[in-house]
Amino acid sequence: MKKLLAYLKPYWKLAVLGPLAMFVEVACDLMQPNLMSQIVDEGIKTGNLDFVIKTGLHMVLIAIIGIAGGIGCSFFAGIVSQSFGADLREDLYRRVENFSFKNIDKFTTGSLITRLTNDVVQLQTAVLVMMRMMVRTPLLLVGSFIMAVRINARLALILIVCLPILLILGYLLIKKAMPFFTKVQQALDKVNTILQENLAGIRVVKAFVRGEYEKQKFNKANDNLTRLNITASRMIGLTMPLMFLVMNMCIAAALWFGGMNVNIGTMQTGEVIAFINYLTQILFSLLRVGFMLIFFSRAKVSADRVIEILSTTPEIVSGSCDSPVEKGKVEFKDVYFSYSEKQEPVLKDINFTALPGQMIAIIGTTGSGKTTLVNLIPRFYDVTSGSVLVDDIDVKERNLKVLRSAIGIVPQNPLLFSGTIIENIKWGKEDATEEEVIAAAKAAQAHDFIMSFPENYNTVLGQRGVNLSGGQKQRLTIARALLRKPAILILDDSTSAVDVTTEARIQKALKEWMKDKTCFIITSRISSAISADDILVMEEGQIIGRGTHSELIESCAIYQEIYHSQMDKLIESTAEGAI
Amino acid sequence: MVRQGGFGGPGRRHRRYTSTGDSTIKDSRKTLQRLWSYLGRQKLGLITVFLMVLASSVLNLASPYLLGRGIDAMNLGKGKVDFASLKVTVLLLIGAYLLGTLTTAVQTYIMASVAQNTVRDLRRDLFAKIQTLPIRFFDTRSRGEIMSRSTNDIDNINQILNQSIIQIFSSILMVAGSLFMMFWISPLLTFLNLIIAPVGFLLTRKIASFTHQQFELQQEALGDLNGYIEETVTGQKVIKAFGREQNVIESFREINKRYRSAAVKAQILSGIVPPLMNTMGNLSFATVAGVGGWLALRGIVSVGNIASLLNYSKQLNRPLNEIADQFNMIQSAVAGAERVFEIMDEISETDDPQEIYTPEKWEGNVVFDDITFGYEKDKPVLKNITMQALPGQTVALVGPTGAGKTTVVNLLMRFYDPDSGKICVDGYNIRQVKKDNIRKASSMVLQDTHLFSDTVMENIRYGRLDATDEEVIKAAQIAGAHSFISHLSQGYNTLLSRDGGNLSQGQRQMLAIARAALANPTILILDEATSNVDTRTEIKIQKAMKILMEGRTSFVIAHRLSTIRDADEIVVINEGRIVERGTHEQLIEKKGFYYGLCKSQQHGYQI
Repeated sequence: MKKLLAYLKPYWKLAVLGPLAMFVEVACDLMQPNLMSQIVDEGIKTGNLDFVIKTGLHMVLIAIIGIAGGIGCSFFAGIVSQSFGADLREDLYRRVENFSFKNIDKFTTGSLITRLTNDVVQLQTAVLVMMRMMVRTPLLLVGSFIMAVRINARLALILIVCLPILLILGYLLIKKAMPFFTKVQQALDKVNTILQENLAGIRVVKAFVRGEYEKQKFNKANDNLTRLNITASRMIGLTMPLMFLVMNMCIAAALWFGGMNVNIGTMQTGEVIAFINYLTQILFSLLRVGFMLIFFSRAKVSADRVIEILSTTPEIVSGSCDSPVEKGKVEFKDVYFSYSEKQEPVLKDINFTALPGQMIAIIGTTGSGKTTLVNLIPRFYDVTSGSVLVDDIDVKERNLKVLRSAIGIVPQNPLLFSGTIIENIKWGKEDATEEEVIAAAKAAQAHDFIMSFPENYNTVLGQRGVNLSGGQKQRLTIARALLRKPAILILDDSTSAVDVTTEARIQKALKEWMKDKTCFIITSRISSAISADDILVMEEGQIIGRGTHSELIESCAIYQEIYHSQMDKLIESTAEGAI
Repeated sequence: MVRQGGFGGPGRRHRRYTSTGDSTIKDSRKTLQRLWSYLGRQKLGLITVFLMVLASSVLNLASPYLLGRGIDAMNLGKGKVDFASLKVTVLLLIGAYLLGTLTTAVQTYIMASVAQNTVRDLRRDLFAKIQTLPIRFFDTRSRGEIMSRSTNDIDNINQILNQSIIQIFSSILMVAGSLFMMFWISPLLTFLNLIIAPVGFLLTRKIASFTHQQFELQQEALGDLNGYIEETVTGQKVIKAFGREQNVIESFREINKRYRSAAVKAQILSGIVPPLMNTMGNLSFATVAGVGGWLALRGIVSVGNIASLLNYSKQLNRPLNEIADQFNMIQSAVAGAERVFEIMDEISETDDPQEIYTPEKWEGNVVFDDITFGYEKDKPVLKNITMQALPGQTVALVGPTGAGKTTVVNLLMRFYDPDSGKICVDGYNIRQVKKDNIRKASSMVLQDTHLFSDTVMENIRYGRLDATDEEVIKAAQIAGAHSFISHLSQGYNTLLSRDGGNLSQGQRQMLAIARAALANPTILILDEATSNVDTRTEIKIQKAMKILMEGRTSFVIAHRLSTIRDADEIVVINEGRIVERGTHEQLIEKKGFYYGLCKSQQHGYQI
């Protein structure tokens, strides 16, 4: 909580002014019944018309001052709450930007988004409500109590009888109803799950002719939800009138005992009216306290989720070596890696060196650890043990920015951002000239299709490049990486949606572009690996074979198996056919 | 009378609020009538509820009057309090409170079930409707949209049923009753009050409409902000790879700043309303006290009257604003109900009267006769397709992605009907066979297997509901799934998460095969997995599929050579047309399109 309160600090002056303004409003509200009782007891009783008119005008004046206070409070609360939210959001965003991949994996992207959006808005609203309601309600409660005691302390004893009853009722309601609402929520989830699954699997449901079966399943869940809902609304629906009854009984009692007081002269009629008014005020405020408790228990959940982000420290800290990566030599020494301590290592005993000018292919089945291996080079993750060296310096020692700016990555999932094509390619190098961009696009075999768009390089892409085909997206991401002129290029299965001839052209262009530099190609297809200088065969997190295609086809059983499953029969049969 | 007054009321009001065009009014009326047809199923409960609301409103109206009488009883001052009258008044007051509580309790008790049962019926009908809708409906609408109709929209209806109707009814009664009582006590004071209350009411509405614009701006800015957050957080890994953190933070700050200023404006503006309403209340309090005092001096009203009026005027201000709010809620709920009914009005996939054949047993002789079909008019994806599979034969469909292979499945399962041509099974045109009948005779194994959040056992049993556990396990063995299922933490009783997220794609496909094996269909449609399955699992799946195909008429959308080679016929489809057909050897010899595809696979490409 302290962490969140810190975000209010810059606005503390306004945050104090808000409640002060609210104080004015409450004070004005509290004065009204008192003035009214004066009209009755002094004005009417003594027949003093001037006094009645004067006091009446007083009341109007005070009502107008009151509105100034109220609007003032809203004004300050509006500024403070929204500024608080904006600052908090910005800080969270900065933090998330600095998160390591491990941090992001732990939170999951979806949950990070909800925290940055919904949860912050919730907290923002909580601050707003806090500055208005949270100030107003207690002030009104205490103020009305003081006023009531001032009128007649003994009559105020009525409250002592009724307050505990109200508190017990409220406590019971919260205690009984709260867990019940979780049950209702679960029942609702169940109904929604069935619905969602039916929408997603409608073909299966229809294919197996299971409409009736699904209906029965749904009706059962639906009936259960209805039953719980009825009980829940009845619980609340019956407690509320009871609470009102208790309050109303207080008023009846005040009337009766008020009458007795008037009879012996300890109270005046106007005071009885005012007393009843204050009483109503107190009881309504108590009700509102109950609502606020529910509201805050919800805001607390959001607060916890936001604080969780604030108290997470990025796993990866930049090293201090500023010397740039020039050659692109990559060396893995006894590398072990696992995503968390409890899990089995995903990489085991990895040792190899990639020299500048080489093209290294990494081949293996899904889940064999190919992507994980290359993720260690730009230090997206840190090794569990062993070390990764780039140009003979451990990646942990080098400045992260320097390291990453020397690496071009084409991720498996071709992710683009909303903006124009040229803006997207320029992600690789912000200050690139138009010629450089076009050269990169040409090498990635993207230039032609870009030029086929009416607005060429200025074509606007939708969010995540929705208006492009898979192959086009892949080629743009390749151009983006090439534009950096990286010392190390990593292609992670990034030509899967490109047709064969284009892929061959890309490979050829790459060889030229990456001359004297290091290039990693991850693939599950033999054909992309055949021409590499060095092939690493991975299986269950280990390198089980290494060499050129002709070496591996002789020596490595797994490589042979992959080769056969993909190529053999085809070549054989095509050969037969050719003969 | 109660019924008409109660429900007709909101209807009439609603018209005034949405008087933008005649058609919308009519639609809203129709929607309300339809909602009413749901509510009307519980007439007795509803009538009781309205009677109770009527009673509790009258009782509520009585209490300020009684309070005033009590004050009058003591107004003579010290030693002169009329205890006899005070006693009667206090007792009456207690009685009114008790009865009021009772009626309110009965009313909420009954209304809870009336409202929830209505919503249950709506939900049930909607789900039942969804089951009958044709696949085309699901293809043309996003899942999120249908979900939102069945959750948010129904929730809104729930809200108005639970609160709005009763509240509006009682608010109207309270306003009318309070006015009546006030006029009865003092017409002059009431008249003054009547000036203030509507002025306040109009003022708040005016501000509200002004704030509405600001809120829209705020929502728009929030939409931009959330969109940016979503895009960049999703693309976080790329941002890091390219070291763009600083740039995105800068852009984020800009958007965040814009949202902040829009939000501050909207909040400040909307923040005016509560104090304004509060002040209006205070002003009418002051009026009653001041002017009332003046009138009391002249002997026109009593002090007790003033006390009563103070309370009545409070009761007048609140319901006016409440009614306005409730109407807004009703408006949005009616809009929601309209969207729900829209689905209910979609045309169902019913059995045509011409669907008359219901053969007991199928042989599996499938003929596609000159089929042309398109999802959209004038854009055929299949053109003049003719092919045949004799009982027990395997036909492999081969071609580039998007060539219309999946469409063949859609037509055979009658998810869609062809635009021209006919499909015959065992000589019957399948348009003349009951849909359920033809679907029961066939099974499909698709690339992405749909699983339900239930146990593995139940998921397989989906193929045949009356299968015993032993039969399920046997099917799993055929599908080669038994060994991995046994390795799951709870074996066959392992709960799968929503859509089987805790299984690999290959494992999921094996479950689909098991499901199909259990269903024991005559016709089989298989879609081989293309990616994300490792070599070993792939070999296992191949084996299982082969066993499954034995003795059944099978259509295979094939990507693997081994499957294709064993097929009785290979049909090569390109751009919706059959370009080549024959056995593997024949086609290779021909050196045509198929040969080209095979050559490209040499380069690591899948057919």
